[in-house]
Amino acid sequence: MDEKKLAIIATKGTLDWAYPPFILASTAAALGYETQIFFTFYGLQLLKKDVSDLKVSPLGNPGMPMKMPFGPKWFRDINWNIPNAIQAIVPGFESLATTLMKQTIKNNGVATIPELRSLCQEADVKFIACQMTVELFGFSHDDFIPGIEFGGAATFFEFAGETDICLFI
Amino acid sequence: MEFNRDLDARGLNCPLPILRTKKTLNEMASGEILRVVATDPGSVKDFAAFAKQTGNELLSSSEAGGEFTFYIKKK
Repeated sequence: MDEKKLAIIATKGTLDWAYPPFILASTAAALGYETQIFFTFYGLQLLKKDVSDLKVSPLGNPGMPMKMPFGPKWFRDINWNIPNAIQAIVPGFESLATTLMKQTIKNNGVATIPELRSLCQEADVKFIACQMTVELFGFSHDDFIPGIEFGGAATFFEFAGETDICLFI
Repeated sequence: MEFNRDLDARGLNCPLPILRTKKTLNEMASGEILRVVATDPGSVKDFAAFAKQTGNELLSSSEAGGEFTFYIKKK
């Protein structure tokens, strides 16, 4: 049986959207898929050496539950339904939401992004950074973790054209 | 059931139990048996799917007191 192949395009640079590409790629690799992720636009943030500044924003995201990751159960169960208009004008709201999200991730035994990212690399998932957006955003190759490649759309299609599954995230 | 290696995946959430299992199986010889204990309720379906797709045989899958135990025979 030929090895199955998965290609993912990662376009988002927030803490929440960092998860799907790395979870799917690492799991696919564990299942025996040859896997590549092409990081473009804001997705490039996920390849930076330091990803501790990735944030999650509840702004414009009414689907995000706002629950406290500490305190007694009745307190944790409250969904803090704060209108977007208020979130937008309170300074530091995004940082607060990010801190709470990181605590929730920790409480639930969910892996951190650096952990999932290195598990991908250990499992030979290939990371390709979009050279055009690297230049567009003024990044240099030194901003990114080692072991990645730089290429363009044609590089992506060389692999994507042969895949069984191709996802845009 | 006897086993050659034991993996404690308690407290870990998707996809870590599967990733750690794969890593441990890589270090084992064909025919050897790995026992995995997990607390992630999603792991029941995930281990069945993992076995089906990788060809490693899931010898048993059971639950007791909120813990899930899997015995996997390496291909």
